[in-house]
Parts: sequence; C-alpha cells; structure tokens
Amino acid sequence: MTKVTLTVNGRAMSGECEDRTLLVNFIREKLGLTGTHVGCDTTQCGACVVHMDGRSVKSCSILAVQASGSTITTIEGLAGQGELHPVQAAFKEHHGLQCGFCTPGMVMTAVDMINREGGSLTEEKVRAGLEGNICRCTGYHNIVKAILAADAEMAGGRQAAE
Amino acid sequence: MGVEGIGARVTRKEDKRFLTGKGRYTDDMTVPGMKYAYFIRSPHAHARVKGIDASAARSMPGVIDVLDGKQLQADGIGNLICGWMIHSKDGSPMKMGAWRPLAVDTVRYVGDAIAIVVADSLGEARDAAEAVVIDYEPLPAVTETAVAMAAGAPQLHPEAPNNLIFDWQLGDGDAADRAIASAAHVTEIEIHNNRLSPNPMEPRATLGIYDGAEDHYTCYTTSQNPHVARLVMSAFYNVAPENKLRVIAPDVGGGFGSKIYIYPEEIVCLWASRKTGVPVKWTADRTEAFLTDAHGRDHVSKVKMAFDADNHITALKVDTIANLGAYMSLFSSAVPTYLYATLLSGQYAIPAIHANVRTVYTNTVPVDAYRGAGRPEATYLLERTIETAARELGISPAELRRKNFIRTFPYQTPVIMNYDAGDYEASLNAAMQAADWAGFEARRATSEANGKKRGIGMSCYIEACGIAPSAAVGSLGAGVGLWESAEVRVNAVGTIEVLTGSHSHGQGHETTFAQLVAGRLGVPIESINIVHGDTDKVQMGMGTYGSRSGAVGMSAVVKALEKVEAKAKKIAAHLMEAAEEDIVIENGELKVAGTDKALPWFQVALAAYTAHNLPSGMEPGLKETAFYDPANFTFPAGCYVAEVEIDPETGETDIVQFVAADDFGNIINPLIVEGQVHGGIAQGIGQALLENVQYDANGQLLTASYMDYAMPRADDLPSFKLSHQNTPCPSNPLGIKGCGEAGAIGSPPALINAITDAIGNNGLTMPATPMKVWQALHAAH
Repeated sequence: MTKVTLTVNGRAMSGECEDRTLLVNFIREKLGLTGTHVGCDTTQCGACVVHMDGRSVKSCSILAVQASGSTITTIEGLAGQGELHPVQAAFKEHHGLQCGFCTPGMVMTAVDMINREGGSLTEEKVRAGLEGNICRCTGYHNIVKAILAADAEMAGGRQAAE
Repeated sequence: MGVEGIGARVTRKEDKRFLTGKGRYTDDMTVPGMKYAYFIRSPHAHARVKGIDASAARSMPGVIDVLDGKQLQADGIGNLICGWMIHSKDGSPMKMGAWRPLAVDTVRYVGDAIAIVVADSLGEARDAAEAVVIDYEPLPAVTETAVAMAAGAPQLHPEAPNNLIFDWQLGDGDAADRAIASAAHVTEIEIHNNRLSPNPMEPRATLGIYDGAEDHYTCYTTSQNPHVARLVMSAFYNVAPENKLRVIAPDVGGGFGSKIYIYPEEIVCLWASRKTGVPVKWTADRTEAFLTDAHGRDHVSKVKMAFDADNHITALKVDTIANLGAYMSLFSSAVPTYLYATLLSGQYAIPAIHANVRTVYTNTVPVDAYRGAGRPEATYLLERTIETAARELGISPAELRRKNFIRTFPYQTPVIMNYDAGDYEASLNAAMQAADWAGFEARRATSEANGKKRGIGMSCYIEACGIAPSAAVGSLGAGVGLWESAEVRVNAVGTIEVLTGSHSHGQGHETTFAQLVAGRLGVPIESINIVHGDTDKVQMGMGTYGSRSGAVGMSAVVKALEKVEAKAKKIAAHLMEAAEEDIVIENGELKVAGTDKALPWFQVALAAYTAHNLPSGMEPGLKETAFYDPANFTFPAGCYVAEVEIDPETGETDIVQFVAADDFGNIINPLIVEGQVHGGIAQGIGQALLENVQYDANGQLLTASYMDYAMPRADDLPSFKLSHQNTPCPSNPLGIKGCGEAGAIGSPPALINAITDAIGNNGLTMPATPMKVWQALHAAH
C-alpha cells in the first residue's frame, strides 16, 4: 500500500492504495467522488476524464501513485455548490445528455477544449475533439451544439471582461 | 398548453444531478461490509467442465469464498428462462435448453459464467480467480447463423436436435406462392442483418445484500424493469419470495434493450451474499459487457417480392434464420417472430405475406432485443428489397413506394397488425423536400467532377410500440401482461408524487411525466416528483422497452390523474357549495365555471387530508392508482433520407446529409423526442457503417473491446435534419406513439440504399466498411 496525496477540487485529500490502483478507482472508491465514471477498460470511452494540473486526462490511463502531488478537478468541483459551469448549463439547455453516464467525461473534455481553443471552435473541430469520448445516447448532435453554444458564450464573456 | 405542459420544450429536471456528478448509478453504491465479486468465465466457446479446484484460491489474501454452480444448484436456485412461448408450425413447443446461472457440466459460449470469487477488493478477487483451476475438455463450436443447422454441426443442447429451437411461420404461404407464380416481376434478394452489441455506456452492475435477521434480500441492479426482475427472480429462479426481495434500479446509464433481461450475475450475487454473509457487488468491465450482454439482430433471410404489371406488390415471401446464441434469453423468442414478421407489411398494401422463421443455437452470447428488436430487421429487409425492385423495374424509389402505400385506416395487414392511423406520404414528401431530392443529380454531377461517388437513398419505416393489449400478447405466448401502472399521490400541501412502473434510463421521464401533470393541473413542474425504479416504493410495473413509457406508462398516469381530479372536484364542489360538474381545474385552481369562485389546488389537497369538512361518506386523502392496458399497439412511421459521398480511392463513406421525417403522433417534449431520434439514428448508422460482432471459427469473440468494435464517434456522424408529421394515435388517451426506436429502425436501409446507389453495386452487406465499399465499387466497375 502506498499513500497518495492530491489536491482535489481545491481540498487536500489523501489515502492508501495498492500500487496498481488506477487514478479513477482512487477517486471513486477512496475519495468517494463517484461522478467520474468507468465505461471501458481500454482508455477509449472517456467517461473518466478529469483535469490534472489544468489539462484533461483519462483517469483510467494513469496510476493513482503517479498522480500523487498533483491538482485534480473532477466534475463535482467544476462549479460552485449548486451552480453550473457555462458548459454544464449549455448541456442542459441543449439536451446534450440523456442517461448521464458519459456526461461528466464529456463536460470535462469540453471545458478543456474551450480552455485550449476557445473562441475558434467549429463543428468540425468539436467533433474531432470528442474523438476520445463515446456517447451511446445522443448521437453527439446536441453535445456538439452545446459545446459550440458554451464556447460562444464564454468567448463573449471574455470579450466583455477585456 | 402552458409553457411546462404537453408539447413544451422543457429542459430536463434530472439534468443537474448528472451534470454535477451527483447521479447515483449501481456501481456508485457502497454499503457497510461490502465485498467485491469477480466472475470466472469460460475461455472456450464449447467445452465440458470436468472439474473445478478452488482450494488454492480460497486461501489467498482477502478471499471470502469461491462458489460454483453445483453449490448453487444444491441450494435450489433455478435455471434462467425464456418468457415467451413460441410453437413450431408442427405444433411442438420451442426447445429451451437449460441455462444455469453458473454452468455445471458444459459451457456453451466464451463468457459463460462458471464460478464467483468474493474478496475484500476487486484486485484480490481477480488474483484469486487466476488460481482457480478448471479442467475443460474443449468441444467443437459453431457460431455462424447460416450453418448452425448443417449436417455435422456441433450440437449445443440435447433438447434441440440440429440446433433448431423452433421452425415457425406467419401468414398464408400458398397465397404468396400463387401470387409469385403469376407475377409480372419478382425481386429476389438475400439479406444479412449484422450482429450488434448494444453497449450502453454504463456497464451492467449489481449489488446483492442479504439481511439474515429479516431473511430479506435487496438487489441494486442496472435494470430497465426492476419489477419484472423481481417477479422472475422470485417465481422462476427461486431466489426469494417477492415480499422478501427488493429490487432497486437507481440511475441507469442507458439500456437499449440489453438491461431488460435478468442475467446470471444478479441471481448469483444475491445468493452469494446469503452464502458469505456480506453484501456482494459486481460491475462488468467493458470486455465482460461484450462477452455477456445480450447481443442483437443476426439474421440471414431469403426474400421474394412479387409485382403485377402495374408495379403493385402482390406478395412477399421471407425465409429467415435467426441466431439466438447459446441459450434462450428472456424475450429472445419474441424478437424474430412477433416483433419481426408482424411488421413485414411495412407501409405497403401487400395482399399476401408469408414468413418462415427458424431460430438456432450457436456457441455465441445469447441474442435478444436491441433497440428496435425485430422491427429494424423487418424494415431493413423490406426497404432493401423494394429499393432493389425499383432499380430492377426502372422506376424511382419514391414512386414505387407511393404506388404501394397504405392510404386508408384502420388497415388490417395479413400478418396480425391492425394499423390505426398514419400518413406515409406526408413523411415521404417532407423528407424528400428537406433533403432537396430534386437537386440531387446536380450535386451528384459536382461530386463526379471532383472524383467522388455520390448516392442518395430512402427508407420508409413503420414500427409497432407499446406492445399490447395483455390478452392479445398472452394469446401469442407472452408470459407477462404488458400494461403499466401509475399512482398519483397528492401531498397535503398540494405537491405531487407520481409513482410509475416505467423506468427512465436516459429517456427523461422525470421531466415528461411531470409535464403531463403540470399541464393538466396547472401546477408548477417543480412541485411534481416522479418516483420509479424501486419495488418497495412503486407498485407492480412492467418497465421501459419497446418505446412503451409514453404510450402505456403515461397513459396510466392519465388514468390515475382522472381519478384524482374527480375526487378533488367533489371536494371543491362541497367546499364552494357548487355542483360537481361545474368545477374545472385550471392554472392550479379548482374553479366554479362562469363565476369568480375558486380554490387553490393546495387548499383542496389540504382539505382532503385534514378531513374536517369532506362530502358525506368520502374517505380522507388524495391518492389514486391506475393500471392501464392499451387497446392496440401504436404505429410510429416515417421516412429517412441519407445522402453519401464516397471516396473511390479509399472506399470511405461520408454522410453528407441525413434527414428524418417522423410521425410519432402527439409529442410531449420536442427537445427530448429529437434527442431520442438523434441517438437512434446514430445507432442505425453504427449498424450500417461501423459495428459488427465478429467471432472466429473457434468461437472466440474478436470484437470484445472499443479497440475492436467500432462504436460511432462524434467525427463519424453528421448533424441530423429532423421534422415531425403528427397524426395522433387513436389508441391511447394522449395520442402518442413512441419515439425511442425509430431512429435505429429507419436509418440502416436508407444508408445502404444510398451507398449502393453511389457505387452501382447492390451486393453490399452491413457494416459497409471502407474495405467492403471499395471492393464492391471495384467489382461493379
């Protein structure tokens, strides 16, 4: 067993785990944050995407011990209590989710996409950017729409702030 | 209707919890003392099990116990069953081979469960599973549908000689033969419907909790129908009596049919919890999902369609072999029979239809209903055939379809169904217009000039939803009734709980069911909660599949609401000293029509519970239950158009546009209906272009991960153009037909018709991968 220490959603957290424990299992089982999901075993589906030191990672593709010392944001920490991040709000507005299982990973990927390429996203770019996230319910139509809408809104917000 | 009532684009009430990571799925559940299960599964497609030695595993770190099928059998746990009886045309019942929750003597597919390891952690359970020694004697295997009945093929079950489960027919074979013999033209085609894996994103999971003090079981499970699960586990598997078994299906991450069935794992985890004295949780990994979730489709068919000299269809004759896998899953027998052959008239007036269906065992995962269930197979067959006929006859595909459309309703087909309403030409016209069909040749010329092949294809589908009435399905062999229940519980402060036997796993019932109530009573949607998925909370229900929640589940809510409203009106009339028939319910008030007298809804509810001043003899309270059994199926229909551009160098297909024109009758929430259609189309495109379950000759599953099974991704798909033509359904009080499966039913033939149009070669099977398209294109030229 190895001790893993992380800053998760702004709070220092630690726990003991086997060396083989994946970050996603540590987050779900040791930290009790079950919003991050496991949808496959080959790093394909993206249901487990979290932000590690500001960049999106598939938390099934990294060991918890490797992540020790890093800063993690999960879906639970994306917005303040009771609030929605603009990407979350856009997913609701445009019906970008159905069963909700892929949704946390989709939202975390979308936020990262907007962080990196905000203001210049197109349908083609969004579809390419979602290549590592699988949704079986929505046909992606409304997810793409939601991400473009959130991007436009956040770009508007940035302009207003400048 | 108001902004929150029927027809309004209301955003979903349930979204916030899913968007903020607060959804509660089965694998999220933890209870004190919980341990983890790992299933040991057969690595062979077919083998005799000569011995299991778990002695080393039992003493490994963290291991609580290793349990096998002999122990399960000794404890009286029953075999899995198929709940729909089909008789062969010679009158003999279907040949159901024994399916033990844990195999004892023989394993029949890769993934067949043999034993369960329960340990402190999943890692320890896996480690111990490696140490369980199983002595297998491998046997030859058969996996392919078309050869399962061949002489010398390996035999799966002694009950089923030649692997034949049943040989069933529907319709008038002599009439079809006569029409074919005297036809002006007969189109003949062989149709393959490829095998698919449903792949809801949440893998199946279950948590079994046995309480020894109460001799009571709780089962958390990823189910589309928790009450049916409880019924089947009690009545057939002998897990526990119903009053000692609570089944909870909390948030469920998609189902698409694959979570209808009761699988070995639920039964085994409940039993293992009793054996070990600890709660036992199992969650499938994705490979296990591919290896054990019921697959879909897998038909091969020979088709003859006959025409008279005026291009009217005079007969359809179909000979189908359907692969049901290694065992008969819960509703597997109904899918290639009453959900398939009954839809072979499609949107067309066909005087004579005959279908012969043989189902076979193979050493593959059991096959059962997957989104559409039988109706995609029927639609693909029919729409590929009529398209082929149009090409042979040299007339446009739209004209041939128009000429044969059913135009008067009700219409009795020769294959049981009685279509109640529809306007097929309206959808065809809408789809062709939205797709700018008229401008296609110009677009084709542009593509040709750029070295690309362009094609356009359509499909006119019909489907049957809300399978009913119960007496009719019972007479056809169903082991259950297909009604739905609802309870409307008005609290003393006027807020409302609606308990439904439907189950939401992505469909948005918490919103649409609340819209129905909000619209009728004029109360805020926030004051209404929808309760589902727990056998301790909700009275008996039949669950969600076959697009039945709207047509059947919501109709049950209407019936319960009518009773609540009638009682509320009596109370209001009494309190306002008015005649009961003068009371109307509007905008959250009970009003005396034509006066300014009114009582707010909450005040009437409060009066019902204080019971200080009720009409003489009235019971206190405001809560009513209804069970609704529909009079007929519903018949959604529509027309889909796909336009594709193919790169002849690579065989890659680009879907340049996809148009859907659907008639779902009245629509509760367009936002949600559109989402259902989008998702269905994506799965249909997946079937047409990408997805295929592939076994090798030894029965090893080659497509058991997302590295090998091509799930549609965002960059494989276009955005979709949707429209609705609404002819209300006369068979239920809301006039709704159901929208959950249409997309998956209508889209595959539209795609393949478009691709074959582009490449000029009709001989193409799904999935139309770039390699297959390239080969077909180069074979044609």
